[in-house]
Amino acid sequence: MKLTLKIWRQKNAESKGGIVNYDIDEISPDMSFLEMLDVLNADLISKDEEPVSFDHDCREGICGSCSLFINGQAHGPDRRITTCQLHMRKFKDGDTIYIEPFRAKAFPVIKDLVVDRSAFDRIQQSGGYISVNTSGNTQDANSIPINKDDADTAFDAATCIGCGACVATCKNSSAMLFVGAKVSQYSLLPQGKTEASRRVINMVNQMDLEGFGNCSNTGACEVECPKGISLDNIARMNRELMKASVKK
Amino acid sequence: MSKKKLTYSLNYRRPKSEYKPSDELMICIRYYHKCENTQKTKIIKKSTGVKCKLKDWNSDWHKSSDRTPIKYTDPQHKKKNKILKEKVKSFDIDELFKSVKNNSFSDYLKSKLPHGPIERKWTNHKNSINLVSPANKRNIDVIVVGTGLAGGSACATLAELGYNVKAFCFQDSPRRAHSIAAQGGINAAKNYQGDGDSIYRLFYDTVKGGDYRSREENVYRLAEVSANIIDQCVAQGVPFARDYGGLLDNRSFGGVLVSRTFYAKGQTGQQLLLGAYSAMNRQIARGKIEMHNRHEMLDVVLVDGKARGIITRNLVNGKIERHSAHAVVLATGGYGNVFYLSTNAMGSNVTAAWKAHKRGAYFANPCFTQIHPTCIPVSGDHQSKLTLMSESLRNDGRIWVPKNIKDVESIRNGSLSPTEILEENRDYFLERRYPAFGNLVPRDVASRAAKERCDAGFGVNKTGEAVYLDFASAITRYGKEQALINGLDDSNSEVIEKLGKEIIKKKYGNLFQMYEKIVDQNPYETPMMIYPAVHYTMGGIWVDYNLMTTIPGLYAIGEANFSDHGANRLGASALMQGLADGYFVLPYTIGDYLSDDISTGPIANDTKEFIEAENNAKEKLDYLINNKGSKSVDYFHKKLGKIMWNKCGMARNKKDLGSAIKEISELRDEFYKEVKVPGDQNEFNEELAKAGRVADFLELGELFAKDALEREESCGGHFRDEFQTKEGEATRKKEFQFVSAWEYVGEPKNAILHKEKLEYENIEVKERSYK
Repeated sequence: MKLTLKIWRQKNAESKGGIVNYDIDEISPDMSFLEMLDVLNADLISKDEEPVSFDHDCREGICGSCSLFINGQAHGPDRRITTCQLHMRKFKDGDTIYIEPFRAKAFPVIKDLVVDRSAFDRIQQSGGYISVNTSGNTQDANSIPINKDDADTAFDAATCIGCGACVATCKNSSAMLFVGAKVSQYSLLPQGKTEASRRVINMVNQMDLEGFGNCSNTGACEVECPKGISLDNIARMNRELMKASVKK
Repeated sequence: MSKKKLTYSLNYRRPKSEYKPSDELMICIRYYHKCENTQKTKIIKKSTGVKCKLKDWNSDWHKSSDRTPIKYTDPQHKKKNKILKEKVKSFDIDELFKSVKNNSFSDYLKSKLPHGPIERKWTNHKNSINLVSPANKRNIDVIVVGTGLAGGSACATLAELGYNVKAFCFQDSPRRAHSIAAQGGINAAKNYQGDGDSIYRLFYDTVKGGDYRSREENVYRLAEVSANIIDQCVAQGVPFARDYGGLLDNRSFGGVLVSRTFYAKGQTGQQLLLGAYSAMNRQIARGKIEMHNRHEMLDVVLVDGKARGIITRNLVNGKIERHSAHAVVLATGGYGNVFYLSTNAMGSNVTAAWKAHKRGAYFANPCFTQIHPTCIPVSGDHQSKLTLMSESLRNDGRIWVPKNIKDVESIRNGSLSPTEILEENRDYFLERRYPAFGNLVPRDVASRAAKERCDAGFGVNKTGEAVYLDFASAITRYGKEQALINGLDDSNSEVIEKLGKEIIKKKYGNLFQMYEKIVDQNPYETPMMIYPAVHYTMGGIWVDYNLMTTIPGLYAIGEANFSDHGANRLGASALMQGLADGYFVLPYTIGDYLSDDISTGPIANDTKEFIEAENNAKEKLDYLINNKGSKSVDYFHKKLGKIMWNKCGMARNKKDLGSAIKEISELRDEFYKEVKVPGDQNEFNEELAKAGRVADFLELGELFAKDALEREESCGGHFRDEFQTKEGEATRKKEFQFVSAWEYVGEPKNAILHKEKLEYENIEVKERSYK
């Protein structure tokens, strides 16, 4: 396959970036998208040019590192996958592909396609945990039975990989799907109920401080989420926040 | 080498005063070896074969003009002195290192194993080790490198106990460590299913599964704390699978006889890591953990022989930093990426562990690597990593390749589909070779058999490195069964196929979908292609019962150490070990060491040791950047991977291992001559980070091959062609029932072997048999 790539290049956070064109040839449809970029980088290195930087690690769709905006879609054209799981057979010979970083005020670019998503970490630090010590001397795991439906819904929310596709996709750069998923996981489980009010208030607060926008119920985040995290989680978070505010 | 380091000495075997002047003693050449990294000096003696009487010995020989040690009073002094001179002349240090094989069990390895019956050992140990009071913990800093299950959980517990933790990871968030990719589950001896599980049984299974090459005491402790892990994780809100009664569900795993595996769909690693990450977050918010994301450890700093800090590179701006602490914990995972292609993450590396090794930490059993039989095969030279498919598929899939090489060729050029090959032209090689176990032979056997067929030219994909895993028989079998149950026509093949596929979908639907995404073939219609791949390393840094390495104050936990899995790891045990080490073992055992540090005060990071290590690290990076060679880092990594896979892979032999050592050493020389790293040191530069990692893999690979060469037996993941039974089974040898702990002295091939003998008092050592 022969492709034209239009890639966002930016030296560092301070400098101005721009789209640079690259022509690339002999791409096998069996390659993953990131392997196609590996080929491009090998070519750039051999020509003494600087390779394109992008985040990636596990390359099996679970670590949440990869974060490319491909032809205007977070993680590219396929559904329910991350960029590393996207294969070149989804493209045609002669295609032009735009590759940009995940863009949001709260995700500043570090270099090229690499962005800083530490805002997500800080939101988690503000309350995304259950305050239990790690001595192991808690009660027996089976002493609190949990309704299977609740356990399964909590699990579905907990599968969020923290990639930020929801933020990149949202016209408001809202992180509410991400925060909603974490709030939901804990609020559905009896272990998390004790400090539920404090948690939701702190996390939403931190989310606002980081500069993420608000939710206007477009639902694009759910469509682009590689793990299919449901919009219900945002509703659940709003309910939790309402409850907590009233209690306060 | 410099001759200045050579001296003569007499080989006294008793105190000097016990000798008479007329006693005759052997003269030795002494070589003073100073290891540059550890600053430790070691004396190696070699006999010259020349003897002399005590009264004829000139102890001031180095002051005399002709530097001869034997006085003229010895009638043969001329001849003897001449021989000695020649011995010095022909002295070859490399030869010497080869001949220095420590045949006795080493005194250097102090395992600190507690006394008493096995079930009391951990408790007794906890009761007898020193503790640090809460008030003093505030004054003690601990560095933890790596934030996977082991590192993340260790950070959380250490911080909670009151230590000041400085945590480091190379990823952009601690949540992205590769523990996240573990699928299957986590073992724990809870016996919730009431099927006879117990701590002893989990202990027994783990030691046996490890082919009797792990330390009994460590494994028993692991089994003992396993139940706490589940309690802990549930309390943290980890959403394990539950049944309709609301209680935790279990599944059976990896050929053991009980159901003890807890799971969260196929994402158990993710859920456990997010649990540890949340516990970390709580401590980060309290200010007890200082988190450094996107930082790579480049060296460990030793002050007065103790680990007192690390040198890191900030991967965002390239800044080299010095960090000090009272103790350093490495939780940096395994080294599977030495093979280039593995199921490890792209960034997984050995650098931290290897740098520790070069500073004096012994590296244990590097050749024990697990190769998993069912992975999606390589599709071309561009391939960057491999994806695992659950082993459970072998319950219903039959593995085969075509019998005729012509059919293989037709398949490769696309003119023939595998479904068109008649039953009699298929070679179900596992069923043929192992009629009793068939497709369910153990991992290592299945992997080697697939490699054997592919090496013989019967591989079925473009690169010739794949075999079929076929579900057609299972679909028919299940279909017939369902037709019978539902009272449908069991001779209608369409009905049977439809019903059969439904059952397969229920059992393996998610795996089939994953396969389809990657390979773009429908495995319900055409057989899957699979090939073995590297995915876990049992070897690692040698640690004692306290998880401390041979460097005081330096600890290694999780996959980075060697202690629990012997020569082969059981499924669902990696998560268990990571969390056991991090949550429940290290945080207590580290107190025994730190109790001496309560009045040390903060460790300065501007001492000469820190500055030296920092300059050292900078020089290495400068070298790589300024080298401006002609070949990329990946070129070398791929080449190393090929050597490792072909010569130190599933089956090894003396000849290949010997040539692997040579080839790796040559490749390393070429790397330093020809490597090309674009960009600058003071910026985000992934190629530079990669270059440093590959440089270390190029050293580790050599030690790996040496370890495999010297272990003249087959056991677990280590299979030597020379040591197998007629049926192709591993021949374990009693005399190799030890841990190989390698001491760094310069070139990896010159490493010195220390042996830790393994004793089994609570388990009878038996031959693994599959008949």
